[in-house]
Amino acid sequence: MKECVGMLLAGGEGKRLGELTHHLAKPAVPFGGKYRIIDFTLSNCTNSGISTLGVLTQYSPLELNKHIGNGKPWDMDKQSGVTVLSPYTAKTGGDWYSGTADAIYQNMHFINQFNPEYVLVISGDHIYQMDYQKMLEQHKETNADATISVIEVPWDDASRFGILNASDNLRIFEFEEKPKNPQSNLASMGIYIFTWNKLKAYLLEDAQNKASSHDFGKDIIPAMLDDTQRLFAYRFHGYWKDVGTIQSYWEANMDLLDENLGLISNHKAWRIYTHDSNLPPQYISQTATVNNSLINSGCFIHGTIENSILFENVRVEQTSTVRQSIIHPGVRIGENCRLNRVIIMENTVIPAGTTIEIDEFQEPFVINQETLGGMLTPAGGESK
Amino acid sequence: MKKMMGLINLDHEYHVFNELTYFRNSASIPFGGRYRMIDFTLSNMVNSNINEVAIFARNKYRSLLDHLGTGENWDLDRRNGGLFILPPDWNDPSDRSQGDLRFFHNNRDYFHRSQSEYVLISGSQFVSNSDYKDAFTYHLEQEADITLISTNVKELFPEHYPYFRIEADENGWVTEITNDQTNAELFTGVYIINKNLLMRLVDECIAYHKDNFFICGVKDKLADLKVQRFEHTGYSAFINSIESYFRQNMNLLDADSYHDLFLSNHFIRTKISSNPPVKYRKGSEVKHSLLANGCVVDGRVEESILFRDVSIQTGATVKNSIIMQRCTIEEGVHLENVILDKDVHVTKGQKIIGSKEKPYVVAKRQVI
Repeated sequence: MKECVGMLLAGGEGKRLGELTHHLAKPAVPFGGKYRIIDFTLSNCTNSGISTLGVLTQYSPLELNKHIGNGKPWDMDKQSGVTVLSPYTAKTGGDWYSGTADAIYQNMHFINQFNPEYVLVISGDHIYQMDYQKMLEQHKETNADATISVIEVPWDDASRFGILNASDNLRIFEFEEKPKNPQSNLASMGIYIFTWNKLKAYLLEDAQNKASSHDFGKDIIPAMLDDTQRLFAYRFHGYWKDVGTIQSYWEANMDLLDENLGLISNHKAWRIYTHDSNLPPQYISQTATVNNSLINSGCFIHGTIENSILFENVRVEQTSTVRQSIIHPGVRIGENCRLNRVIIMENTVIPAGTTIEIDEFQEPFVINQETLGGMLTPAGGESK
Repeated sequence: MKKMMGLINLDHEYHVFNELTYFRNSASIPFGGRYRMIDFTLSNMVNSNINEVAIFARNKYRSLLDHLGTGENWDLDRRNGGLFILPPDWNDPSDRSQGDLRFFHNNRDYFHRSQSEYVLISGSQFVSNSDYKDAFTYHLEQEADITLISTNVKELFPEHYPYFRIEADENGWVTEITNDQTNAELFTGVYIINKNLLMRLVDECIAYHKDNFFICGVKDKLADLKVQRFEHTGYSAFINSIESYFRQNMNLLDADSYHDLFLSNHFIRTKISSNPPVKYRKGSEVKHSLLANGCVVDGRVEESILFRDVSIQTGATVKNSIIMQRCTIEEGVHLENVILDKDVHVTKGQKIIGSKEKPYVVAKRQVI
């Protein structure tokens, strides 16, 4: 028996990430010079001792499945470890996951195998570092049926989030999705711990409800509140970011350069784990200048890199300047290029003399081999 | 398909690395920013379709064992074959063998159990990125008993002194194995031998109380054996002293050498760790250097090699130096021509300058 089983929702398409999720599920989008977005939640699980995990996939899962593999980088290649749960057919038919709650409902048999006391439900598209064990402790102390992790957001932004109204002892009495006039600034982070027996009952009931959208925030939580179940908020302090748009994806990457946030720590006690491709050390040449940047193995730098994030195996030739940009693995940047506020996707080749500079107030531009063609015409940037 | 098995024989390797080999054998000396010496030959073997490798290690192998683990980083954690680390554990009362022959004698099972008919034998001090498949094909084509891998060095350095030189006829048959210091064709210590012959030669050597397999079993019997040579071309390095170690590390700052060693045939595998990308902070100044993941740089780094997880604080200068894993260089420190072994901590304002020819070496875990 396992005390707590984790269920990681990773089926999202991330439509607003545009080209970045064209062939890729959002959790598999490269992040932070070495990682994929999902690595943050996977590593949270490893670091907080959640060793049994179901990962629910649906949209474009190839890269994601390959990435998770047998779970080795996260120490989850053990007896229970990580299991990828994709939609399936059975005697009674089968269907796509129609909502977050439905995804868990359809995999109840997976959870039941472990006969857990609690179930942790998280999603694979947020950047944060959190010890779920502490949340579980509070869940047990308060004898809660459900605990929802919350973060204080600026009052002005509160109407963009799912807001929880709770009493002083953090007991939740109301949940409002994107309220016009928020009464609190405690936003739900989409992290839930449920007492499994309670959740089971609500999932079964919700599955029968044809009118339901089978969503935790919209259906399950309100239903539990209606029945005055014991729901508590768990206050999280620290960095948390939903990388839902290109702008926020870019910002979250740039946040890694901010010392004060200390997002990527390098202590054995709390590391972000991922695949390591065993590439050689990076080569910084005589002509290179590197400032305030993160650069991964296998890079070959002759140019100037400022406030940027370079994934593995990137090559930047002489007299080229890369500023405020995110460069995915295997990108080649020829001589004499000027790039500012761009996101260059895997293996794109930027020809010598390319200039693409995006204005401070515009959304950073995503470049791949296809969009590059458009940028090189006079309408986009200039090419020499 | 004909198959080779691998053997890395560390017996009879020179250990003249002073501080660097106080607590480890030369096979596990860190090299090239994130590797250990043994990674090169091990990766070459694995990348040449060899999937069983034995290691004869006599002493100071704690760090080697830690590095190799189950062999998973080299894809040697296999159901069949894999990695066999064979330290001395010799309890055969009838054992008459001496020198490295004791390893062969006491590990006969390793050879007998394998289906491979050929053995590739190597040490750890020849560093290259080679595909031994070509040498193996050549060995089979020539129907040789043994094929020695040689290389022609452009310039002879003191480290080349102890290595054997190869003389061969126009068809590549080896006629002499010498110590002729004017001959620039060096034996790399890597050779392919037919397994049955290997076992027979081992028996003969033991019968005559010999103590060095290569010298007594191959070199001295050259006239009775069909020995070919196969020339390795491209980057290579012989490393058997602090001076050669320092020079060859620094040589990797040359873009061509770097490409040849790291990116030519296949990539070199080593033990992976979960270090984040290198962080170059505001005001850092890095020129002409190699840096491994996990480093955090505030200060100046020039013509240097930084292993994983090194921190160079504000106002510190590191020049022409090798800084191994997890060293901390505090504010205002000046290092030049220095080798810091792992976990060295250099405190505020210290100044250490070695000479280019004789770098200053600091042993593991010192606080200065």
